Amino acid sequence: MFKFRNMLRVATTFKGGVHLQDHKDLTANKPITKAPIPKKIWLPLIQNTGLPCKIIVSIGDYVKVGTKIGEAEGNISAHLHSSISGKVVDISEFNHPILPTRFLTCVIESDGKDIWEDSIKEQDYSRFSNEELITIIRDAGIVGLGGGAFPTHVKITPPSEKPIDTLIINGCECELYLTADYRLMLEKSKEIIEGAKIIAKVLGVTKIIIAIEKNKSDALELLKQTITQETGFSVIGLKTKYPQGSEKQLIKTLLTRVVPYKGLPMDVGAVVQNVGTAHAVSEACRYNKPLVEKLITVTGLGIREPKNLLVRLGTSVYDIVNLCGGYAEEPEKIIFGGPMMGIAQYTDEMPITKGTSGILVLTNKEVKIIEEGPCIRCGKCVNSCPMSLLPYELNNLIKKRNFSKAKQLNVLECIECGCCTYICPAKIKLVHAFKFAKNEITLLNR
Amino acid sequence: MNNNKESFAVKQLIVSSSPHLQSNESISHIMWSVVICLIPALIGSVYFFGFRMLLIIGLSVLSALGFEAFAEFMWRRKITINDGSAVITGILLAFNLPPNIPIWIPIIGSGFAVIIVKQIFGGLGNNFINPALAARAFLMVSWPQLMTTNWLAPRFGHLAGYDAVTQATPLSLAKNFGTPETFQSLNSWPVIKNLIIGFRGGCIGETSAILLLCGATYLIIKGYLKYRIPLSYIGTILILSFIFYITKLSPLSPIFHLFAGGLILGAFFMATDYVTTPMTVKGQWIFGIGCGVITMLIRLWGGYPEGVSYSILLMNVATPLIDRYIKPKVFGYK
Repeated sequence: MFKFRNMLRVATTFKGGVHLQDHKDLTANKPITKAPIPKKIWLPLIQNTGLPCKIIVSIGDYVKVGTKIGEAEGNISAHLHSSISGKVVDISEFNHPILPTRFLTCVIESDGKDIWEDSIKEQDYSRFSNEELITIIRDAGIVGLGGGAFPTHVKITPPSEKPIDTLIINGCECELYLTADYRLMLEKSKEIIEGAKIIAKVLGVTKIIIAIEKNKSDALELLKQTITQETGFSVIGLKTKYPQGSEKQLIKTLLTRVVPYKGLPMDVGAVVQNVGTAHAVSEACRYNKPLVEKLITVTGLGIREPKNLLVRLGTSVYDIVNLCGGYAEEPEKIIFGGPMMGIAQYTDEMPITKGTSGILVLTNKEVKIIEEGPCIRCGKCVNSCPMSLLPYELNNLIKKRNFSKAKQLNVLECIECGCCTYICPAKIKLVHAFKFAKNEITLLNR
Repeated sequence: MNNNKESFAVKQLIVSSSPHLQSNESISHIMWSVVICLIPALIGSVYFFGFRMLLIIGLSVLSALGFEAFAEFMWRRKITINDGSAVITGILLAFNLPPNIPIWIPIIGSGFAVIIVKQIFGGLGNNFINPALAARAFLMVSWPQLMTTNWLAPRFGHLAGYDAVTQATPLSLAKNFGTPETFQSLNSWPVIKNLIIGFRGGCIGETSAILLLCGATYLIIKGYLKYRIPLSYIGTILILSFIFYITKLSPLSPIFHLFAGGLILGAFFMATDYVTTPMTVKGQWIFGIGCGVITMLIRLWGGYPEGVSYSILLMNVATPLIDRYIKPKVFGYK
């Protein structure tokens, strides 16, 4: 069957995955609203995959919106810009939403004037060469806004021995609760197309696929209408199945190409960019505007007025929750991202970073602490794993701390999508074990 | 960070690894669903063989629960009698006994199933063979006379499925009293029809294929059953018996083989026991095919008329081996 599908070159979907109730109705009809300028922001000096950036301002300095405060260090790193105008009041360690420890953070207090850098103005980017466009994107500090936060300028400059023929714009947004990408596609479809064209030009590809899950049918229709004037574009509606938006699964579904073991999408001639990234690229090129704003979904039963908010980077969760009417009831869990892959926070004194795709506040109705039962070997985890791993066996090995065997069985290939843990009838916290093992293995190899 | 400290105060938040949602399915939910799906066949057995069946099944279930609680208490484990797994063991064990069995047999069987097969190895999820089938095998070798002669003719029916001269179940009739005439009548539609509905002799719960299939269909739709095992198991039986039938090695038709013994009960409810079957898709195909081959070998050339329970037990033992060598290819691995 598998080979037969390959022959026809039509993949309908990928292997594994789970069908979930998406909970998107809380915010799907809420238009994007701009949040007011926060009084104070916290900008951690690492907001991307790769190396942190180096602070280039000092306490007492005056900064405008778009002033560079962190310089990228090394190849895989991104610049950081101030997202409000005001004074740098502190540079010290502060809570970080992703790292297990606190991290060096630049604290800026607003002067309430919101003065932007003079260089940020409309420009005609069509005369720029590819190198100049890449420089603009790098100077804007753009990273993958789907949640991975991988520096975009690195992703769109693959080594010359890896020819790229397809650009995929990922609008799947398969994570539950989140609607930011969906609203962006509805409200900024032209900008997304524009950004996609810029990325395609830099990559030198002519084939651009926009992939959207079929549960977002109006976004699908709108983008189909928008691309009728364009050449090289196609918009494809995909089966609603988690994790459809995962890079490797998406490439398999759209192109029937399998990213090789331990390989990257560029090994099969594809680059995947999130719709939010495409939008940021278009803004960067058109207005020379660095990445200082982030569109997030603030949602969950714990939020009084769920919203799709455009916030400045570094705004604290506390401020954002207040903008959304406060907590509806006592929050049990605050999650950065969606419920399947998001990271639970221990406090709401947490800044929004470039990789934050949403804030989900769960109440005690949704948060259940269930004791792990014995594995009854039902095999659901094996069938649901999109990477074809053996979750139950890995879990057993990790319990015995046999990390070398777990590594042999490819625990490092786990994408932490959460399917196995979601579906497990014994409620075994499989992903937790895998994250732990990955960490231990990296420590051992260091 | 010392301003607004008070207003920041949220009560302690729960921090845990993703995913933050889990499905509503739990082990006991699945187990009780299986119990419910066995009820049609249970009611059928009372209809066919009388109210004594309720006593046998009830004793089997209650003693399974009792032994489970006792063993878990003795080993200082959490008492888990309400998760439904002991109930399933009790029902399945009773389903595998002849209707006229003495009432102390199911109690001994349950004790063996729950204490020796299940709890000694660590309780639910750790037994390596199906408890109910292991207990049946134990009873077969301990009291062979009781286990193979206590048949009852069903109400409105005959032991062999039709008015035969000898008193035997269809499979033992075919095995021990085979003449061209008996084979011809066993292959005929009226007998097959009786086998499907349940108007024939056999173990308490195995006789009515249609009632068992009602329950199994629900489980398959809900995704609680490793459906590849019954599919490959029954498929193998059909293919093998068809080959033997047309090559004249066996005079019995594939349809007779399908409905005559405990195949439907075994394939859908015993061979699909989560704990003792392979976890990978390919492994489940192999498991089913293995069961089918062994069943046919025993039925045609073995000492017993029926081979379903031994075939499943043998493949249970092979399961760790299958799981060890049959592993899915990791995404992208060449």
